[in-house]
Amino acid sequence: MNDTPQNLFVETAFVRRKKRQETVAKSIFLVMSIAMIIPLLLIVSYLVVKAYPSLSLEFLLDVPRKGMTEGGIWPAFIGTIYLVALSLAVSAPIGVMAGIYLNEYAKDNWLNRIINLAVINLAGVPSIVHALFGLGAFVYAAKFGCSIISASLTLAIMTLPVIIASTREALASVPMNFREACWNVGATRWQTIRRIVLPNSIGGILTGVILQVSRSAGETAPIMFTGAVFYKAVERGDLFPYTLDGQCMALSMHLYTLATQVPNVSESVPFATAVVLLGTVLLVNATAIIIRTLIRSKKKW
Amino acid sequence: MNQGETKKLQSRPLWSIYGEKALEILIKVSGISAIIFVFAIFFFIFREAFPVLSSPNFHLKEFLFSSEWYPTSAVNVRYGTFALTVGTFSVTALAMVIAVPFGIGAAIFISEFCGKRLKETLKITIELLAAIPSVVWGFIGLTIMSKLITQFTGAPVGVNVLNGGIILALMSLPIIVSIGEDALKAVPDTYREASLALGATRWQMIRRVLLPAAKNGLLAAVLLGIGRAVGETMAVLMATGHAVHIPHGLLDSVRTLTANIAAELGEAPERSEHYQVLFLTGVLLFCITFVINITADFVIRGIKRKQ
Repeated sequence: MNDTPQNLFVETAFVRRKKRQETVAKSIFLVMSIAMIIPLLLIVSYLVVKAYPSLSLEFLLDVPRKGMTEGGIWPAFIGTIYLVALSLAVSAPIGVMAGIYLNEYAKDNWLNRIINLAVINLAGVPSIVHALFGLGAFVYAAKFGCSIISASLTLAIMTLPVIIASTREALASVPMNFREACWNVGATRWQTIRRIVLPNSIGGILTGVILQVSRSAGETAPIMFTGAVFYKAVERGDLFPYTLDGQCMALSMHLYTLATQVPNVSESVPFATAVVLLGTVLLVNATAIIIRTLIRSKKKW
Repeated sequence: MNQGETKKLQSRPLWSIYGEKALEILIKVSGISAIIFVFAIFFFIFREAFPVLSSPNFHLKEFLFSSEWYPTSAVNVRYGTFALTVGTFSVTALAMVIAVPFGIGAAIFISEFCGKRLKETLKITIELLAAIPSVVWGFIGLTIMSKLITQFTGAPVGVNVLNGGIILALMSLPIIVSIGEDALKAVPDTYREASLALGATRWQMIRRVLLPAAKNGLLAAVLLGIGRAVGETMAVLMATGHAVHIPHGLLDSVRTLTANIAAELGEAPERSEHYQVLFLTGVLLFCITFVINITADFVIRGIKRKQ
């Protein structure tokens, strides 16, 4: 091969092979990414098609009938709302404050490192282990019994890492010089957090709280033994059917029951339940994503 | 400084100062709460499990290494969880065989090959994929996947290792992709530029520069995926069938550690030996995921220190 200046810029066999490999690699990775999304779309559309005969507003508002083989899901739906609201009331304040501590107060020392490890571990503990903990601690040791309180406390501890992580991330995204400017005019640490840091990160914190809602609405294992029951008689459309020291039905638990325990369910009912659960969770998550996108586009720094 | 001057400096009322102090203490307590909860989890589970350790029917060696699980037998009580452990790891291993190549591949595509819009779309899709509740995955395994499996493989039952593995693969994909993408993003751009300036194609750059540089982060992504798969309960409870034995093939039904607790805890009388052994299984699970998570954290931390 002669390296005259003209030939330097001509494609050689080597370059062609190189480019071919590049194209092959790129298309393989593209296929892999698509392969991840296609099942999602197929599954969701299959569920919706199967559920279609039962899906209506009536399905949401009606109570289960004929040994849960027909009818709606109202008691389960309202039960899930109870559980989510109560667990949110517990985990949101603790989680947000823990996030504030980790990002604003904690120095980089061994205690902080241990807290970090603890948060990571709390997020990684299997849900069934949380259920065992809830049973041992809340149901028996604290004598709450199998109740909405026990179940929501279990859910709250389980979803705490979600809120802590997103609060930290939101606080960390507020620039350091905002804080420095505020300290320089004589504000204390808490005043700075209250007036400068929190208003600038509230959207991110809200996103975390919303994600907590979606996570706790979908969990089954932690509530199975701590407060959710297969069936509870409830009036149609009743908004306050449960007491906090009693048990309740839950959407996720109801789906599990319909799918595995109840014989002769009309086919579309479990599918419709799955669609309602999936729809609720995805809707909540989509809200979080939209809020996050809005904040990002409005960011002034 | 005398008394008078201190008074002048305090422009705020006392309650506000003490209120702030109290609030800061509350914040600190919340910060430490994560540690308290992790210890509380271990304590309360172990407390329920503890009495069984001294029972004549229980032997630690048998618990860990025997595959004979007859917890309710009247004459021949055996508490061997080995078959369950093998069940957990067979399903997890299959899930990783499927999820790791796809997850890393997708992470590479998202981080290196695609445009900004497509990247945002893919990331949102992954987030939604991660949000699907495990009981819905289990339901999908029980209804859709099991039908497909009996059709294509001719297996007598559709709920088996293969089914659970596919479902777990889909479930742990999002975590592998998002952590893997973070790992690739953490590689400094100068590495990419240097390599491209030498005339490498992107694929050569990825293979020779990016993957070696990001290998720890990718390892952590896989570890966290394994952690997720090992701890998953409802999906495997519904999708793997209920046979407590060591599987011989992909189409055998198995039962995992998590599913075993979920399936039997409801039937075990409170404070009975069976109930305590189930809690001990919980301790075992807690320890397994603890080790996996700590390892993943050290691997990630190792990278951060190097940079």
